[in-house]
Amino acid sequence: MIYCPTGFSPNLLLDVQNVWCWSFMQQAIEAGTLTAVVAGVVGYFVVLRRSAFTAHAFSEIGFAGAAWAVLYNIQPIVGLLLGSNLGGVAIALLGPRAKNRDTQIGIVLAFSLGLGLLFLSLYTTGYSTQTYAILFGEITGVSTGQVLETVGASAAILVGMGLIYRPLLFSSLDEDVAEAKGMPMLPLGIAFMVLVAVAVSFAVQVTGVLLIFSLMVTPAATALYLAKKPSRAIVASVVIALAATWLGLFLAFYTPYPVSFYITGEVFAFYLFVRFVYARFGWEKAPTSTLLRRPRDLSG
Amino acid sequence: MARAIEESGGPSLLEATGLSAGYEGKAVWEDASFSFGRGEFVGILGPNGAGKTTLFRVLLGLQRPMGGTVRIFGESPRRGNPRIGYVPQRHTIDTDTNVECLELVRLGLSGTRWGFNPLSHADAEAAERALEAAGAEYLAHRRLGALSGGELQRIFLAEALVSDPDVLLLDEPLSNLDIRRETELLHLVNSVVRTRKVTALLIAHNINPLLPHMNEVVYLANGKMVTGTPSQVLTSESLTRLYGVQVEVLKDPHGNVAIIGVEEHHGDIP
Repeated sequence: MIYCPTGFSPNLLLDVQNVWCWSFMQQAIEAGTLTAVVAGVVGYFVVLRRSAFTAHAFSEIGFAGAAWAVLYNIQPIVGLLLGSNLGGVAIALLGPRAKNRDTQIGIVLAFSLGLGLLFLSLYTTGYSTQTYAILFGEITGVSTGQVLETVGASAAILVGMGLIYRPLLFSSLDEDVAEAKGMPMLPLGIAFMVLVAVAVSFAVQVTGVLLIFSLMVTPAATALYLAKKPSRAIVASVVIALAATWLGLFLAFYTPYPVSFYITGEVFAFYLFVRFVYARFGWEKAPTSTLLRRPRDLSG
Repeated sequence: MARAIEESGGPSLLEATGLSAGYEGKAVWEDASFSFGRGEFVGILGPNGAGKTTLFRVLLGLQRPMGGTVRIFGESPRRGNPRIGYVPQRHTIDTDTNVECLELVRLGLSGTRWGFNPLSHADAEAAERALEAAGAEYLAHRRLGALSGGELQRIFLAEALVSDPDVLLLDEPLSNLDIRRETELLHLVNSVVRTRKVTALLIAHNINPLLPHMNEVVYLANGKMVTGTPSQVLTSESLTRLYGVQVEVLKDPHGNVAIIGVEEHHGDIP
């Protein structure tokens, strides 16, 4: 048995080595890293398409699924995948206007939470632990098997996103023209929702159902302020999510507070900082400078 | 007044005979016939609900005609025809869209391709050419959400032009523009029509800004369509026949037109 120290020292390199020394922390870092990359990529489109509420809704449908799985002694991830994918496909079938169906989504969301609560109350042993893990995440409880599952799922999601990247971006920015150009809007919407559902299911292991936004929405929303080229914004979104996850794990290791709190707190603070700098200084010249510029000779 | 374009001969790009279209079995207009060649500027006029957008939907292959024949480039309309550039009606972008204009214009070309090709610069070059043609290269790196109505219309025009189309369908691009931007955009469309030999169909509410540019008019009203040159269509006789009630077309000394006798008059004398 190797001795792994736990105390915090002024030598940060040593502190990081100490964190890595623990196998449960290694697995947490591996799962967290994969989740952050996937959530950063998928999140960009969630924010661009204004599907944040939708994504949240099926993470809670996933909660009902996970609670059901726990009740029948099935792995929670199976229930999560089942619930969130069902929710995702259903919302995609509602059509591209789903983002305007706040009321219906809210109603389904509330019912799903209630259903999940019922399943968990039927489960007599370890009721509160399970509920807590699904709602708020339990990254330090990730097993090597779960890490391998996350590797597979992350690879599949990234390949899928790569395949639909350009049509998805086009339909997110300009739905009407994309449709007129013959893009299959419904299959595209369903494919994206399925990818989000899988990403959400795995991200739940890190952040929990209720804190899913901290990796799926906040980094991407911040990145949209930092870069106006989609490819660069996606990189920025991934970097923010990664930094928040790693720092969160490091801080939580040396303090008595939960990882999820640190991740949500970090991304929120950074979001506020970026919004403040953007509002105060802006990094684009005031529109007046271009208004004054006359367009080229138009008489042709 | 309307300037005629001589070199519009040759086989027609757009052709319809006895065409009718509508929704749920109910025709919006019937028995429409037209034929437009290359390099024509066609103004599409008529009151609200007359079926102007329906005509575009038929040409785009988004809606099947209820009767008659329609040919575009000698074939039936089909969805996703790359030879048609389209700017939809009431087209807007959310004001918080922090994505640069060049990206949207690029997607007009590459947005229909699957996969991910970060190293391709061909579409970026095509996008820059399209922005130049739309007089909008200075907007390339601006954020979409920060544009004014007129600037946005130029970007949409560039997005429609990037695939090098032969036909442009512009659905009310002038709404929300002030008179100066309106004139600028029409000059721009006209220069595209002339330099690229593109046929532009433009839906508008006001006749007068179009008069110096368009050489053909499609006037939709009362479930029918008349087509011809502006001097043929915009007369008291022709519009009285179309509406079925007495309509008066007045002209002021500057050539501006006002239509009197219908609930909406589409030509305000400035």
